[in-house]
Amino acid sequence: MSAIFEVENLSLHYLSRWGQKIHAVTDVSFSMKKGEILGIAGESGCGKSTLVNGLMGLFIPPLYPTSGDVRVNGESLMNRTPQDIRSNILSRKVSMIPQGAFNALNPTRKVKDIAADVIVAHLQKGGVTRKESYDLLRERFDLFGMDTERILNSFPIQLTAGERQRSVIGISTLLNPQMVIADEPTSALDVSTQKVVIKMIFDLLEKNIFSTMIFITHELPLLRHVADNIGIMYAGEFVEYGTAEQIVFDPRHPYTKALMGAMLSAEPGQREKKPVAIEGAPPSLAKIISGCRFAERCPSARPDCKLRSQAIRMVAGRQVRCEYAD
Amino acid sequence: MPTNPIFSAKNVSMHFGHGKKLVKAVDDVTFDIADGEIISIVGGSGCGKSVLAKVMLGLYKQTSGEFKYHGNDITNQRDHWNDVQSVFQDPFSCFNQFFTIRAQLKDAFGILKTKLTKEEIDQRVDRALLAVNVTPADIEGKYPFELSGGQMQRMLLARIFALRPKVLLADEPTSMVDACVRANILDYLMKLKQELGMTIVFVTHDIGLAYYVSDRIFIMHEGKIVESGVPDEVALNPKSPVTIQLIDDIPEIHKEWIKR
Repeated sequence: MSAIFEVENLSLHYLSRWGQKIHAVTDVSFSMKKGEILGIAGESGCGKSTLVNGLMGLFIPPLYPTSGDVRVNGESLMNRTPQDIRSNILSRKVSMIPQGAFNALNPTRKVKDIAADVIVAHLQKGGVTRKESYDLLRERFDLFGMDTERILNSFPIQLTAGERQRSVIGISTLLNPQMVIADEPTSALDVSTQKVVIKMIFDLLEKNIFSTMIFITHELPLLRHVADNIGIMYAGEFVEYGTAEQIVFDPRHPYTKALMGAMLSAEPGQREKKPVAIEGAPPSLAKIISGCRFAERCPSARPDCKLRSQAIRMVAGRQVRCEYAD
Repeated sequence: MPTNPIFSAKNVSMHFGHGKKLVKAVDDVTFDIADGEIISIVGGSGCGKSVLAKVMLGLYKQTSGEFKYHGNDITNQRDHWNDVQSVFQDPFSCFNQFFTIRAQLKDAFGILKTKLTKEEIDQRVDRALLAVNVTPADIEGKYPFELSGGQMQRMLLARIFALRPKVLLADEPTSMVDACVRANILDYLMKLKQELGMTIVFVTHDIGLAYYVSDRIFIMHEGKIVESGVPDEVALNPKSPVTIQLIDDIPEIHKEWIKR
């Protein structure tokens, strides 16, 4: 089966006011098939959210593409104007679920009006009126098994956090996009609500409302259950990319190992096991770094790690960006 | 029951509204917290854990019941905050954007009853910053928006290191930061406990975190404490259906969660 979503050697940079380039994302490649969920994990500031903007083809200054290509069903998203992307790509082909549901919903309008705006804005040429869009909405929200009438007629503040997040997911997927990018959709929710939201996401995927998904979070245990493949990001690069089982149970890159070491869990014997923080901070991306980017903090760094930049290579069936990983 | 409790609550309730709209945020809870203990209050959103923390902090006066700090009612908030301090979830909403961080750390000393000289305050701020691995020169002249989330959370902890309260109430201190920073912050909290012999009350929805840090865990649901005990008992051998549900909902690496 051919890939629905392809990313090829994508590099992105920000341009600062003084003309300095900040290389936020470097050389990211992957491709996704229908029904696949890709998880991306990494610490704050590693370029996850920048990558999201790049994957939508939405280059609003100061963000610029350096090189590479993003394709949805073979259609390239590069070198297009933001207007073009907004009217032809967003919501229809690539859609995004933002981080904070509360900030994403206009507090002065009812959920049904916020959602109807999306439909009317995108399907105006198809002659969909506002009234018809309400019917479409009811149909869709009934599908989620939600309390449709109450939720659609509420203001965001009258809903619980879980209902708000589910409404946002509902609105993002109204136009059956090929790809949904979820940027930490559950990090503001408690564990029980998180489970409900994830169930809804699985349900939508099963019903073919969207075909592929990128799930961004820093909770690796959650990714193990949600994602098929996981990419670990560090300082703008994918340092390890493989299936969820490979990454979680058998990490090979030193950074992935360190991330797993910082996890907490309420399992027997875990109380004595101390979570280990990674010392130091990621390198500044304003300069081009010649050596391995993780070398400064790597527990198993060797003297020559800082000299050579690391290329992706295959180790035990997954891609790893470390020449000494085994 | 601890013999000389630092906090003692007897049938404490905190209600909001009245009539049909009455919300029992905290409903008839009774507990004692001993000096030097680490307690975790765990529950889902809306279970009343933050309201209980605010009662402990003296921000709310309980509707009914008895709440004592060292055997006395909390009458004067300023006196109470001399001993009891807190760390909140979102560090960005805890600092004033218009002043430098250092100025705000120094300002915090105004709450203490013992007045210090300027030099002493500077010294204590410097030492507190070093305790959370920040060199004072790094934040010199910086404003809150210039730091990252993890750094800001550390600044809140630096404030606690500087003030050295007897009790720390931590309301979801790690829910906004990633796993690495979380491990880091927990390290600092443990250091606080060791250096200052502090009593710490954690409020969290993460039972994994509670299991790791605490001496005793309270599980809250709909305003009531439904289960309490030592971590091994509560987390590994839960009795209340609420606790079982709470543990079941955590995505663990080695456990089945939701099937696709």
